[in-house]
Amino acid sequence: MFIHLAIWFLFAYLIQWFANDLNQFRFLEFPVGFYMAAQGSLYAFVIQLFVFVKQQDAIDREFGVAEE
Amino acid sequence: MSLFRLQGKFTDNLPKIYALYTGGFLLFVALMAIFEQMGMSADTIGLCFVGFTIAIYALIGWLSRTMQVDAYYVAGREVPPVFNGMATAADWMSGASFVAMAGGIYMGGHPYLAFVVGWTGGYVLVAILMAPYLRKFGCYTVPDFIGTRYGGNLARFCAVVVLVVASFTYVTAQIDATGTIASRALQIPYEAGVWFGLVGILLCSMLGGMRAVTWTQVAQYIVLIIAYLVPVFWMSIVQDFGWFPQLAYGDAVARIQELEPMLQVGVLKPTETIAGVSTLTNLHAAPGDSALAAWKFVTLVACMMLGTASLPHILMRYFTTPTVRAARSSVAWSLFFITLLYFTAPALATLTKLQILDPNLATSIIGKAVADVNALEWIQKWGAVGMLAISDSNADGILQINEFFMRADIVVLATPEIAGLPYVISGLVAAGGMAAAMSTADGLLLAIANALSHDLYYKMIDPHAETKRRLIVARVLLVVLGAAAALVASLKLTGILGAVAWAFCFAMSGLFFPLVLGVWWKRANRAGAIAGMIVGLGCGSLYLYLVKWGGMAPWAGLDDLRFGIVGTAASGIAMVVVTLMTKEPDREIQAMVDEVRVPSGATILSSTH
Repeated sequence: MFIHLAIWFLFAYLIQWFANDLNQFRFLEFPVGFYMAAQGSLYAFVIQLFVFVKQQDAIDREFGVAEE
Repeated sequence: MSLFRLQGKFTDNLPKIYALYTGGFLLFVALMAIFEQMGMSADTIGLCFVGFTIAIYALIGWLSRTMQVDAYYVAGREVPPVFNGMATAADWMSGASFVAMAGGIYMGGHPYLAFVVGWTGGYVLVAILMAPYLRKFGCYTVPDFIGTRYGGNLARFCAVVVLVVASFTYVTAQIDATGTIASRALQIPYEAGVWFGLVGILLCSMLGGMRAVTWTQVAQYIVLIIAYLVPVFWMSIVQDFGWFPQLAYGDAVARIQELEPMLQVGVLKPTETIAGVSTLTNLHAAPGDSALAAWKFVTLVACMMLGTASLPHILMRYFTTPTVRAARSSVAWSLFFITLLYFTAPALATLTKLQILDPNLATSIIGKAVADVNALEWIQKWGAVGMLAISDSNADGILQINEFFMRADIVVLATPEIAGLPYVISGLVAAGGMAAAMSTADGLLLAIANALSHDLYYKMIDPHAETKRRLIVARVLLVVLGAAAALVASLKLTGILGAVAWAFCFAMSGLFFPLVLGVWWKRANRAGAIAGMIVGLGCGSLYLYLVKWGGMAPWAGLDDLRFGIVGTAASGIAMVVVTLMTKEPDREIQAMVDEVRVPSGATILSSTH
């Protein structure tokens, strides 16, 4: 059961977050200009990570594997 | 000053302590500004800045001295996420980020933005694939993870080798940067500057290991971010781009694009070559319209991202947080603090370039009489140390774009002087650059010394060594490695940015797949991991050698800065193929991998392993 949980865990955010990453790579391949490379994608990364942390914490709690 | 001993109390008081420290530093800057007005010489100011900051770091290092294994290797695992984020940012932002990145953008234009994107986006990989799981594992070093996950001394040894190769390449670049800055600020020869920088670095890390490095890195982050932001804000206000340059410098980019055809940037090529310096021949914001240019951009981004996720000195910072959850949020904070500097770097490059090019600004030099330009103080000072040169190639008495030679690495350091800011700002920037290079060098030397003392000495050579002996071995190694790195740095084999890119490529070639698959693929086994590390590092190094020195034409534009792509691909293939050909790992290992993915519960390795 624990293994299932772990696998689900893995896929839940693999799909969610890898899609996001892939978008960003593609987005770099079509240079949208100086601004996006110099700033736009950086903002995206920062926001993405904070959201990721939040969601991951929620998932941990939901499945009772959070610390404390 | 028993503050640092009472750990519980100390970590509770962190915001207060560092707020006090920041205030003190700003006060020091203000004091220096007043002294400058009162006629203190520029050299003395530079000396005070570098000397004062290093003395503070050394004090922190001394106060954090320890003889406990946990404190020495992982700062007792009690660093709060926000502060670990700051420490990681300082650990991460090296001489390359602080000194060389804006210079690269200045000289190379758009293609160099790949460094900006790659060095930030890599943290997404760190957060999602690595940091929380390695923290759960409870290891002290990266080879510790490899050694336990795959089992066996050979796997551990291979990881140590990759770590040493990557980190050592990296650390020589940092010591190079400290030498450059120290020699300029203290007016001493470069070789002496290198050794001076090394002493500062060792003072921070030797007595307290990770604990000392953590708290000095937080202090160094504060210095370096102030030092990076102040000149940019100042220039922006002077040039009328408003109070928030990062949002408003679009106009400056447009102005440069307007000036470039007028000054024939990219059309006029230099007619002579001067060793170590070059002229501006690349357009500022032109990405290049060929598929090859886009491919080169993306491959460089990929190298920097995968490298970020494999660099041991970064990963080991996340071993210091109290919980898995804290490790995860600490990655987000690291990226936030790093972005503060990285989204400023292109702004700095743009505004500095405008200072030099725009005939409407008093500071411009292109299109002015050569005799007048030669009379400028900053031209003389940097010219004297061989960092820039002016040569009136066509003998018309006017300075053209292809007659102004400069080393990219000095752009950030010389910016305050170029823009005519008071010398106190130059001193501040020198201190910031010093902080950036020292903090990274600390982290790197510690990563190497810890791997050698913990993995090679304790785990493989003498598993019964007592704590005291282990920590003394670690310290002796730190000094020896530092000296070796300083020696190599004083030979000046390659530029700062180049050496750093190589370090990333080495790390990703050898470690990326063994680490990622170690967490995410239960089937991955010892033989596969060993094959991945050996083949990856071997192919990567061979390719680097062939392209750089062997005269081989690079495949598909993968030049020596991007050899990690070849190495990593080889490593991944070798690892998967060999793993599938050999027996799957035993049940115990597979259960361990499952356990790693669950945040709660005890770490895999006990805290005193």
